[in-house]
Amino acid sequence: MSNSFRTTNSTGLINKDKKINFTFNGTIYHGYEGDTLASALIANGVHLVGRSFKYHRPRGFLGVGVEEPNAMVQLHDGNKSEPNIIATEVELVEGLKAKSQNCWPSVQFDIGEINNVLNRFFPAGFYYKTFMWPKSFWMKIYEPFIRKAAGMGKAPLLPDPDRYEHNYEHCDVLVVGSGPSGLASALAAAKNGARVILAEDKPNFGGSLLTDEVTIGNMSGKEWASDTISQLKSMPNVILKKRSQVFGYYDHNMTVMIERVSDHIENPSKYTPRQRLHYIRAGEVIVSTGSIERPISFGNNDRPGIVLASAAKEYMKVYETLVGKKPIIFTNNDTAYSTALEFIKNDIEPIIVDTRDSSNGELVKEVQQKGISIKFNSGIADTKGHLKINSAIIGKLDSSKESFISEETVECDCICMSGGWTPTVHLSSQAGNKLKFNDDIDAFVPDKKRQKETAIGAANGSFTLNQSLAEGFQVGFDLSNKFTDQNNPTNSPNSNEPSYEKHEKLWCMPLPSGKKPKRFIDFQNDVAVSDVELAIREGFRSIEHVKRYTTLGMAGDQGKTSNLNGLQYVSKIEKKIVPEVGHTTFRPPYTPVTIGAIVGREVGNHYLPTRKSPIHTWHEENNAVFVAAGLWQRPRYYPRGSEDMNSAVNREAANVRKNVGICDVTTLGKIDIKGPDAPEFLNRVYTNAWLKLPVGKARYGVMLREDGMVFDDGTTSRLSENHFHMTTTTAQAANVLSHLEYYLQVVWPDLDVNVLSTTEQWSGIAVAGPKSRDLLSKLFPDVDMSNEGLPFMGLVDSSIDGIKARIYRISFSGELAYEVNVESNYGLYIWKKIMEEGQSFDIQPYGTEALSTLRIEMGHVAGAELDGRTIPFDVGLNSMVSQKKDFIGKRSLSKDAFTESDRQTIVGLVPLDKKTKIPEGSHIIEDNSAVAPIPKLGHVSSSCWSVEYNNPFSIAIIKDGKNKIGKNLYAVSPLKDISIPVEVVSSHYVDPEGTRVRS
Amino acid sequence: MLEIKCPYCGKRSQNEFSYGGDATIKRPQLGDEISTEDWDNFVYYRDNPRGKHSELWHHVSGCRQWFKVSRDTATHEIFDTCKMNEDFNV
Ligand SMILES: [Zn+2]
Repeated sequence: MSNSFRTTNSTGLINKDKKINFTFNGTIYHGYEGDTLASALIANGVHLVGRSFKYHRPRGFLGVGVEEPNAMVQLHDGNKSEPNIIATEVELVEGLKAKSQNCWPSVQFDIGEINNVLNRFFPAGFYYKTFMWPKSFWMKIYEPFIRKAAGMGKAPLLPDPDRYEHNYEHCDVLVVGSGPSGLASALAAAKNGARVILAEDKPNFGGSLLTDEVTIGNMSGKEWASDTISQLKSMPNVILKKRSQVFGYYDHNMTVMIERVSDHIENPSKYTPRQRLHYIRAGEVIVSTGSIERPISFGNNDRPGIVLASAAKEYMKVYETLVGKKPIIFTNNDTAYSTALEFIKNDIEPIIVDTRDSSNGELVKEVQQKGISIKFNSGIADTKGHLKINSAIIGKLDSSKESFISEETVECDCICMSGGWTPTVHLSSQAGNKLKFNDDIDAFVPDKKRQKETAIGAANGSFTLNQSLAEGFQVGFDLSNKFTDQNNPTNSPNSNEPSYEKHEKLWCMPLPSGKKPKRFIDFQNDVAVSDVELAIREGFRSIEHVKRYTTLGMAGDQGKTSNLNGLQYVSKIEKKIVPEVGHTTFRPPYTPVTIGAIVGREVGNHYLPTRKSPIHTWHEENNAVFVAAGLWQRPRYYPRGSEDMNSAVNREAANVRKNVGICDVTTLGKIDIKGPDAPEFLNRVYTNAWLKLPVGKARYGVMLREDGMVFDDGTTSRLSENHFHMTTTTAQAANVLSHLEYYLQVVWPDLDVNVLSTTEQWSGIAVAGPKSRDLLSKLFPDVDMSNEGLPFMGLVDSSIDGIKARIYRISFSGELAYEVNVESNYGLYIWKKIMEEGQSFDIQPYGTEALSTLRIEMGHVAGAELDGRTIPFDVGLNSMVSQKKDFIGKRSLSKDAFTESDRQTIVGLVPLDKKTKIPEGSHIIEDNSAVAPIPKLGHVSSSCWSVEYNNPFSIAIIKDGKNKIGKNLYAVSPLKDISIPVEVVSSHYVDPEGTRVRS
Repeated sequence: MLEIKCPYCGKRSQNEFSYGGDATIKRPQLGDEISTEDWDNFVYYRDNPRGKHSELWHHVSGCRQWFKVSRDTATHEIFDTCKMNEDFNV
């Protein structure tokens, strides 16, 4: 039965000369170039594609494009596996593999279908009601159950091997949709000189012109579409994009479009992205997205083989495929008759069921003239057929159309239904447009716009071709005129299409006598008429609440086919008109978008920029293990042989205390500060005094936020009268610069000061340890390195091999130490030079771990203590706070809470056993045997292995810290389930008098 | 994503900027005696209007200038932008 559902004509857009093989649920089929996965399956007689979300009912194709709610499949396998792909949107490509989802063990026999039998236990709001209590059941019992039962596809577990790109575009006019109105507006705007982007979701431009029997000028609709596209293609101010869905409309006319670049290509070249995400900032957006056919609710209206009438027509006309050979057309309007005529053209006589009493529309007459009788005043009551429809129960409606007078069973293999048309207003709604209800077409159309967006054609409720074209040409011209001065309008050509009579306001059939089959409204979310009734019976009145309780119109589908039927039904029960019921908000994305496309190239190493010091290659060559410090990669430690981290860190730190160590501190933030008011500015920014700092001297500074919390600290030096060099922590470098700019530009614009980041201009090398002086004396023989010549907090300019170097005598390790700064490009050279000369002093490089060990032992605070919750007093920086002058944040320090005597303050902790390392983040408590809730005294901020005393040491911030020194407390880590008895000591564990740095 | 007109650079996408809060807040003068209430109003309390809001933005990934934006907090409409030493026209 291979391709036995193909038509015999070849007027469509597939190429029957090119066979394409593909696999669905393990079976190999073939289709043709130009097919979608959906059309190829239907051509092979396959309608059963998946199981429904809640009841696991067999489901087939409803639509032919983005509106498809049922036919979601899992594509490919392994690392290319992708869930929830709409089969109607997948172009067939050789070797394509797809399978059904939400079914087990197979789509034909699915265990979950028992949910359907038990459906009275799965009413609307079932999850809310059943899985509420007890709360403790949620994580372990309910959630896993729901996750297992509520299938959808499976996310791949392997990294995505495909390439995705991002692109930024600007244009005057973006036209979304290439049906008659879209083409007309694009042409008019382009001819008037505007920069135009025309986006079409499908692989072919033309929209309804590809399937409607109409004429424009002296051409068929299809010919006019192709002629217009050729014209647009030849214009340099136009970008044409097919396979491109504009799925999101954001603020300030930012739209986002996904382009399927190579999904349809068998062997794309290596660097061709799979998909491309376009951010388009458009001057004006024309929404010509057309309309989507509405289904009708009737008993068991979800069986495979029940499709939208327009979809059946498109399968025949574009894909040369028959959805069935014994069709029933079921409609409340005239447009479905064009589907009937298409069947007749293919020598198939459809049965036509029309809810209306009569119609004199041109197409209806044409059908009648072909000798087909129409069952007016009738509806479908129910259907039969387990995995595929095989018959329908057609009922004669009574005069109220609330029940059936008589019923007959009719054999069929498909039902093509039409409940009229719904304008696709999603993008307008996303743009903030307040929709209004149009009674003529019984649907919402865009009304009051908030952004520069204009809906035209069917999306605007203009369902005739003449209207669509006229609107297109007019709006295209008017909007483009805002951007050009050509004033060159294009006239709308004459067009011809059949006339249509009005639809009937009937979208839900009565139940068949004596039965209560489910009548579905929302196929994707498995919401039936009875669920909406229940929600209202249970008191949900707002349409937004009904939506959430029943899940109507949610998720990937965004209610494309279900929204209005849901509203209509609510309005019927509530006896309100639809506009009073209102409508729910449409949200982006209009269609599901793969995460890979959203992420683009920002994956792996490209996720964030990587900053490397100029000395990085040396660290690599010398076995450094790196750690991320913000964007920077810093050496964490340099293991030797089989050393683990602890032994390497201890060795590096001990060597600084004993000999000399070298550390790359290039990453520290550096800010150049210049101007006559620079000293005054620093005096306001820092808590300590700066006016009298002599030229050639450095000073440690602490800056606060206005709320009194310590913001950052660092060493700043005076290079000349009005020129300072500020250093910040690595982490806060960018924030400090913004902070300084804020005060200079916003708060004190009268200060004449300029600030500039010089972080990347300087390479910094710390040389620390008792032998550092001897080493530097050897390197810089011209400089007097004695304590008098270059005292603590002094600085001097010198050079090595003609390279200018600035030497600061500053220390983070608490040892006698220097920091050599050179222009970045010379960083590596100088580092190597120091290493070379340092060999005779037993120099060793040390990384950030040893750096931490050294500062923790000394009780120097860093980011773990300056965590945005501590004022200077809390972390032992009282002496840094000037009483004589005002500065940023000073007023906060005298607030009541900040002056309480038992505030949490900094202390040191040593475990009583002198062995157990205290995990950072541990809580400090007084009584280990107390019952919860146990009062918490504070927490451990930093921990290390003290190389000075050879036992663990930690810094903690605890309540009334000063008065706790000498006491025994407990450090507990519930995460690690440990409790460590500790002694509270001074945070200055090593060299509390600070004699070494001044030695 | 908003499109913001930096008074120095022109229109740029929002991702080049960072938000800096209410532009009408004035920092008390340094050295002044300030009541706790006034200080708290400066440090903590902010109006949260629905509608027109005068605010600061910083062109961090651009010219690094702070400037003023008059924006509708509900619709995101930007009425005007200006330099710190200027006033809005609208
Ligand atoms: Zn700027």
